[in-house]
Amino acid sequence: MKRIFFILPLVLFFVLVGYFVISLQPGHDTHVLPSAMLEKPAPAFDLPGLDNSGPLTMAGLKGHVVVINFFASWCVPCRIEHPLLLRLAQENHLPLYGIAYKDTPANIKRLLDTFGDPYRRIGMDQEGHAGLNFGVYGVPETYVIDANGIIRKRFVGPLTPETVDKELMPLLKQLEPST
Amino acid sequence: MITELGHFALILALFVAIVQSTVPLIGAARRHLGWMAVARSCALIEFGLIALAMLSLIHAYVTSDFTVINVIQNSHTDKPLLYKITGVWGNHEGSMLLWVFMLSLCSAAVATFSDNLPPALRARVLSVQGMIGVGFLLFILFTSNPFLRTFPAAPNGQGMNPVLQDPGLAFHPPFLYLGYVGFSVAFSFAVAALIEGRVDAAWARWVRPWTLASWCFLTIGIAMGSWWSYYTLGWGGWWFWDPVENASFMPWLVGTALIHSSIVVEKRDTLKTWTILLCIITFSLSLVGTFLVRSGVLTSVHAFATDPSRGMFILLLLVVAIGGSLTLYAVRAPALKGGGLFAPISREGSLVLNNLLLSCGCATVFLGTLYPLFLDAMGGPKLSVGFPFFNRSFVPMMIPMLLAVGVGPLLAWKRGDLLGALQRLWAAYIATGLVVLAAFYVTHGGPVMAVFGLGLSAWLFTAVLTELAERVRLFRIPAADSLRRAVHLPRSAYGMTLAHLGLAISVAGFSASAFDREAIEIVKPGGSISLAGYQVTLEHVDRLPGPNYIADDATIRVTRDGNLIRYMHPERRYFPVQKQTTSETSIRTNLLADLYVALGESDTKGDWTVRVYWKPLVPWIWIGAVVMAFGGMVSLSDRRWRVGVASRARRVEPRVLPVAGE
Amino acid sequence: MKALLLSLALALSAMTAAHAVEPGERLANPVLEARARVISSELRCLVCQNESIDESGADLAHDIRMLVRERLVAGDTNAQTIQAVVNRYGQFVLLKPPVEPATYLLWFGPPGLVALGLVGTAFWLRRRYVSPVAVAPLNAEERRRLERLLQDNEG
Repeated sequence: MKRIFFILPLVLFFVLVGYFVISLQPGHDTHVLPSAMLEKPAPAFDLPGLDNSGPLTMAGLKGHVVVINFFASWCVPCRIEHPLLLRLAQENHLPLYGIAYKDTPANIKRLLDTFGDPYRRIGMDQEGHAGLNFGVYGVPETYVIDANGIIRKRFVGPLTPETVDKELMPLLKQLEPST
Repeated sequence: MITELGHFALILALFVAIVQSTVPLIGAARRHLGWMAVARSCALIEFGLIALAMLSLIHAYVTSDFTVINVIQNSHTDKPLLYKITGVWGNHEGSMLLWVFMLSLCSAAVATFSDNLPPALRARVLSVQGMIGVGFLLFILFTSNPFLRTFPAAPNGQGMNPVLQDPGLAFHPPFLYLGYVGFSVAFSFAVAALIEGRVDAAWARWVRPWTLASWCFLTIGIAMGSWWSYYTLGWGGWWFWDPVENASFMPWLVGTALIHSSIVVEKRDTLKTWTILLCIITFSLSLVGTFLVRSGVLTSVHAFATDPSRGMFILLLLVVAIGGSLTLYAVRAPALKGGGLFAPISREGSLVLNNLLLSCGCATVFLGTLYPLFLDAMGGPKLSVGFPFFNRSFVPMMIPMLLAVGVGPLLAWKRGDLLGALQRLWAAYIATGLVVLAAFYVTHGGPVMAVFGLGLSAWLFTAVLTELAERVRLFRIPAADSLRRAVHLPRSAYGMTLAHLGLAISVAGFSASAFDREAIEIVKPGGSISLAGYQVTLEHVDRLPGPNYIADDATIRVTRDGNLIRYMHPERRYFPVQKQTTSETSIRTNLLADLYVALGESDTKGDWTVRVYWKPLVPWIWIGAVVMAFGGMVSLSDRRWRVGVASRARRVEPRVLPVAGE
Repeated sequence: MKALLLSLALALSAMTAAHAVEPGERLANPVLEARARVISSELRCLVCQNESIDESGADLAHDIRMLVRERLVAGDTNAQTIQAVVNRYGQFVLLKPPVEPATYLLWFGPPGLVALGLVGTAFWLRRRYVSPVAVAPLNAEERRRLERLLQDNEG
């Protein structure tokens, strides 16, 4: 009976080690936060478009599965995913809409002129209100919203070919089997 | 060339450490004096080699050798010399080298100052130190080698994070590591005692100075870190319950418990297995802290660049070191026989209470720090555990402890008289009452908890002085006799008094932060802000060049009732290499309160955001910590003197005779 | 690697602004402003990971501070305001974790441990300590020796 007290520290230590091992597993990234908005209706927004392309509103996007990408010209990781977005838009007809987060139309135009424009339409979120309502905490972030306007998936950080193949495309297929 | 020398010295140190960790251990088991003696020379050689490695890395930094990857990543030719040197340990690889350097320093110190230790115990202690060294040298050489080169040389370095280019932070890691690593000696003593199966008063007397010294360094290290965040972050926060802070605070809490429990082992020959466990846990928490900071499993503002493979390696080290020692503990500790009996109300009893509360406090900090990780590993929700948790869980535990610190030293060993002790504390009741009333009056019934904290501080302060007065029988016997008694009191008694007074001073500092006042305004040059009776006027802002930055230096005139108090110069510094801006605050203290001024951004009209804070008693936090550490040093000087007497007398005698003959 | 890059980028973008709550953000109504400060100090800045939004200079912290103030001006209670932020960013933003089954161990563990420790220690001390049997009083010689011993000890 008395021995238990002497073994207890060792047992507790190995429980701790177990937790540490789990936390160190690759793919177990403690820094990535889940979205609180998952499976909830996407917040409404009504953003001025770039140039004279008309406003981008959440109401206007309802009825279709859409992918919304928050990006900015000052954001370095956005450059990483940019070529991938272009390819997806051209080859897979990705229904991609952009929200330019805390940026100016001039900067965005320069960015798109230089690197190409993967977006069907762009909304200017200069004050970052739309981002705030979506719970964006850093750009780029990418949201998949279904035809009912429900957020189904959130990608934090740049999309990679791997996440696109394994997560984004299967989800889109499941949401809209016809395309 | 010198870099290769350092690299080679480090590899050689590994082999010496391997010898140090095996040969003396076998020697101790077989009672072979020659093999046991290997421990000493190995420890000294290992220290020399690692010192050489350290010096050669410093050389690479000072000469800006941009063929060394570590120098490229963390230094720059424009950096002032001081920060070139301290930049050595401002990064992961270099700080690990500093870590093993401190470890070898401790081993060398044990080897040097252990004449009075039985040879077998000394051999075993040094051998365990050697094992820890092997583990960390392997870690450095395989995952974090600071001596790796690259060709061709880079034109210049990437510079150091400007936030780290600060004198306070430059010397914070060496103190902190000396504290962390110093506890390895207590750990090694515990493991050696478990191997030998013997813990007695002599053992406790040998461990105590090492524990005390480490504790002093850790106290200073933590205080420096907290002081640094106070004056750098631009709004005067000094403690955030951040995982990295907690990682240094946990060994401090258990180390404090250890200092107290080892007294019981020494004086009363009891609480042995508990003290051994504390020795193991204190150092284990230092190791776990290292793991948490460097593996990236926790998110923290201070975390080093992290890498999972390093995390796995350190975890392996943890399993070997902590798992091994705890296994040994589980097997051998039950055989250790407890000695002296005591009543629940006694000095021993109060020290048990102290240990219980400090350990529970540490467990609380541990739980709060790691809870997000536990939940995450189990697939639970993502949570943050911030200061509100610690304020609600940890702080209430410390209140009974602080109350008990006042009473405990007045209780006799074996069986104390609680009622008598409480009666002798009449001065403390009066002081507490007066301070609480005064605080309520001055702050117009301000935050209750803060007023209560000030009362607690007064209680502690007066009770500690009462205990000292009791010891010298002040006012009971003639003053001259009291003075004679005071002179003859052992230094350890003064050490305790000072450490407890320091605690009281710090508690006052912590509590008074609830009375802080702030004014954050946009002012034009010439405009002013008034706060707490001070008139703070922004005279002008000048752009000044620095060694590796450009500063916007504000000249601020502080007056009180029209009288000039002084000029203050907060700055914003822009570091072009890193494209970062830092804020240099300006602080004016009169030791009772700080006036804290930080310069914010300027707008297009040339107006500046100025932040002024008035922080009563805040310097006491660090003054208290320094007094605590000083108390530890005073106590240390007493021990060394007592332990050294026998051996010194023995060595001096033969030399005296020839002198007399001349 | 990806996460590393991202956190680096986030950290860099967080560095651009320097300080906590800015004068321009403050509300004219001192009562509302005081409430905003209290709420802000208990909400975590997500990009800096371990600071409250009240302490942080990051852009996102600024945005959330503004959101908090907007809601307070619109007449929300403190709880509603905090809930509005939680709805967007999840419970992770709360520096004070809610009391719910997943956090029972966190909240009740420490007091439970102290209680357990006190009871356990009391039990252990009682069992170990046998009250001393009444002993015969010291005679004069013994008392003198005791005095001497005590004096030696204290010197």
